[in-house]
Amino acid sequence: MSENHAEQSSGGHGRLGKYLVGFGLAVVLTLVSFGIIAAGVQPKYIAVIGLIVAAVLQIFVHLRYFLHLDGSKDQVWNVTSIAFTALIVFLFVAGTVWVIFTLNARLMA
Amino acid sequence: MSSTAHETAHGHGVDQKQFGFWIYLMSDLIIFAVLFATFAVMSGHFAGGPGPKALFDVPYLFLETMFLLVSSVTYGLAVLSLQAGKRSAVVWRLLITFVLGLGFVAMEVNEFSQLIGEGFGPDKSAFLSAFFTLVATHGFHVSCGLLWMATLIVQVWRKGLTAGVESRLLRLSLFWHFLDIVWVGVFSFVYLVGLV
Repeated sequence: MSENHAEQSSGGHGRLGKYLVGFGLAVVLTLVSFGIIAAGVQPKYIAVIGLIVAAVLQIFVHLRYFLHLDGSKDQVWNVTSIAFTALIVFLFVAGTVWVIFTLNARLMA
Repeated sequence: MSSTAHETAHGHGVDQKQFGFWIYLMSDLIIFAVLFATFAVMSGHFAGGPGPKALFDVPYLFLETMFLLVSSVTYGLAVLSLQAGKRSAVVWRLLITFVLGLGFVAMEVNEFSQLIGEGFGPDKSAFLSAFFTLVATHGFHVSCGLLWMATLIVQVWRKGLTAGVESRLLRLSLFWHFLDIVWVGVFSFVYLVGLV
């Protein structure tokens, strides 16, 4: 299994190309994020949503092109563990934000 | 494991070590998640002190971000040289990566010392406490990565591309790319969202 994978993905050009494509996409997404601030996009919630979307896309670009994470069989456990971790991260961050920022409303009620 | 392990086709020992290290990275991600959540809660509490707009310099942040992003790519190039068995190329590509990483840490240390010098240290407000804790935790990771990289540069130079050195280089590769991913979260959610 691992040797098949090595054959498929070997060959300097393909690998180099992958890093360069990843770099290009990451630069574009970084420019989008900084551009949102430089251009002073209004209303604010649109700017925040733009930043979130650009960041999430860039994280996927890094995972795909730099960490070479893909759907192949030999990576099942890497993908499973990061998917589980992403769930935990979401619960921590979204859960914390939700609980704290609705505290007043819930105490008043 | 990440296909970087497979490309070298060393078999299960390397794969298992890579996967074990991957699990460590996942637990590290949890640490960062907690710090991001803390920052989200604290980020509006300035205690009469300055907010993000008074403190953050966008062009400076952009340069810092580029240092780390380019270093991620040059590390990738070093891994390509590793797979091609080109020892001297591995060394100089790692050296470039090291210098870029050092540039990132130097910029961050400079930013912190300026903030603290102006009286806006972590003791000023809840916002600044959370900011310093999160950003410095990331910077500390990058610094550890640099120490690890310096060690491996010496090992590649003195021992050559042995199986052990190769295996360690691939784990540092995961660590280094992982830190760039965390930085995407930092510059987006800590700096830029604060500037909206």
